[in-house]
Amino acid sequence: MPLFPNGRLSRRRFLAGTGAVAAGISILPRQGWAAEEAKLNFYNWDTYIGETTLEDFKAASGVDVKMDLFADNDELFAKLKEGNPGYDVIVPSNDFVERMIKANMLMPLDHKMIPNKANLQSAFLDAAFDPGRKFSMPYMWGTIGIGYRISKTDGVPDSWKWLLDSDRYKGKCALLSETTSVLGIVFKYMGHGLNASDPKIIKAAEELLIRQKPNIKLFAPDNGQDLLLSGEVDLTMEWNGDILQVMEEDNDLSYVVPKEGSVVWQDTLAIASGAPHPENAHKFIDFLLGAEVGAGVAKVIQYATPNAAAKALMPDSYSKNPAIYPSDETLAACEALVYQGSDVVRLYNDAWTRIQSA
Amino acid sequence: MWSGSTMTPGRVFSRPEPPEVGLAGGGAVARQRKHPLVFWVSALPPSLWLFGFFLAPLAIVWVLSFGEKRGLIDVEITWTLANYVRALDPLYLGVVAKSLWISGVTTVLCLMIGLPVALGIVFAPGRWKPILLFLVILPFWTNLLIRTYALIAVLRTRGYVNFTLEWGADTLGLPFEPLALLYNNAAVVIGLVYVHLPFMVLPLYAALDRMDKLLIEAALDLGASQLRAFVTIVVPLAVPGIISGVILVFIPALGSYLIPDLLGGTDSQMIANVIERQFKRANDWPFGAALSFLLMYLTFGALAIRSVLAKGDGGLEAK
Repeated sequence: MPLFPNGRLSRRRFLAGTGAVAAGISILPRQGWAAEEAKLNFYNWDTYIGETTLEDFKAASGVDVKMDLFADNDELFAKLKEGNPGYDVIVPSNDFVERMIKANMLMPLDHKMIPNKANLQSAFLDAAFDPGRKFSMPYMWGTIGIGYRISKTDGVPDSWKWLLDSDRYKGKCALLSETTSVLGIVFKYMGHGLNASDPKIIKAAEELLIRQKPNIKLFAPDNGQDLLLSGEVDLTMEWNGDILQVMEEDNDLSYVVPKEGSVVWQDTLAIASGAPHPENAHKFIDFLLGAEVGAGVAKVIQYATPNAAAKALMPDSYSKNPAIYPSDETLAACEALVYQGSDVVRLYNDAWTRIQSA
Repeated sequence: MWSGSTMTPGRVFSRPEPPEVGLAGGGAVARQRKHPLVFWVSALPPSLWLFGFFLAPLAIVWVLSFGEKRGLIDVEITWTLANYVRALDPLYLGVVAKSLWISGVTTVLCLMIGLPVALGIVFAPGRWKPILLFLVILPFWTNLLIRTYALIAVLRTRGYVNFTLEWGADTLGLPFEPLALLYNNAAVVIGLVYVHLPFMVLPLYAALDRMDKLLIEAALDLGASQLRAFVTIVVPLAVPGIISGVILVFIPALGSYLIPDLLGGTDSQMIANVIERQFKRANDWPFGAALSFLLMYLTFGALAIRSVLAKGDGGLEAK
């Protein structure tokens, strides 16, 4: 048995710290782009870019990309909160896009400079957290669902009931430890919207989770896939990409998005306010939305691409994989998290503290 | 997200001066201290360090705890006490009480394990002492995060402890059900004891090593039992070490964040985990700052108790 169950880094896992990766070998710029220096600072998730994407961009545009890594949206937000330390393109997710727009931390996009927007699936041309896509372009998307061990479950556990409201798998299940997503999923299970803000509903969700606690092994700080792989739990609430990684190692594992619906999340490409190279940033975003480039990225990171042209270039094992692309009806039951203002965030967090200390 | 181990200011207090292990040449030190220039030159760098990297940031956090949120990123300092009022809510006091309980249990266990270990080292043959002391501090050569992950591999359902027990049960032909050792409060205490044990052993060793062993001999010669000699001679002489050890273990354990996060179950949340959430997910820095200071005041309280105890036992406090 290995000491560290899963040697690879998942993009949402913090292990490597924030190392800077300088990409591309410097050669003289082939084209003289306007007045802007041929540089770009990219602030991205770990293992969240294609193998040669940055070199290819350098070859195509002459722009050197320096990539820094962040571990979660909170870190991204905290780092840019006191002013942009020099990043151009950043990769925030749904409700954080909204938070950053409200806090004037993002620069409006010039859609004329992003012709490859035409490659996007029409469903992604608008977003609840960024109406009209004024500030963000979709990069990758995915779902939260249940990762489970096939031999230890009775059929497909396609309801949140098994994790939230049942003692069938007592002591063998884990939930995420992310306040907003977990509460949102409980709201959905209770028949409300993902973004419920009524204090009564929040209270009811709190009571449900406190009642369920004796059956839950732990609230996993983003290592549910390892717990599943090592047999610590048989069912876990997790991000689809993380479960996909361990499914490659163990045929007895699978993933399902429960029928009540779930969180569908989206990571986006945006330009931070005060970016030193906004023109290069637009070029880079346009480049990433290209068909070949998008396919190259999707091949490596195995999340769903919103890029129809890129998806068309991918093999069936990817584009027909239900763990990557859930069925249309499942997807119709899913929602995206939106930012609800600090009062509701506080209600959520107080409820969470009570759940954790109950 | 695990980088938050420095989140609680209380931790900064946790490692004051190392235990004085038989410093030779005390006279020379005293002579140096008399020269004002030597004093100022040697005191300046640590003072600047203390001010720039400890007092100034602490002051910022303190001021922040009297602030109110204005929108998503701005905090206005209004000198409101609302954050402290909220921090005194039974919900958060309950979490504080739980943290006090867990770090208290940790401290008692460290003392119970540490005292025999320290005594063992004190009475070990001379050439063994450095090796044994070296073994005590050896775990510090590995990063805390790595050691905690290693504990996960030891304690989990398919971990080394359960493998060993299973092997034992198989050999004896007994049925075996893996023990749930991980993801509960016991796992948190095991992790905390494991990490903090050296901080108990070293001050105890320092105190006991100075003890005149003839005193024990005299007690035994005068008819005291082994136990009596231990209770009436060894333990009182170890009191300064016990006090230092208790402080060195209790305070960092109180503010521990990583271990409850990684080893704890659904009800192992400690106060530092709540503080971390305020600074990150909840995005409520003023409240996080107020909670941090609540922890600070507890730390001050513990240190105050220590100085009271030290005064009470003035004769025993090694100086």
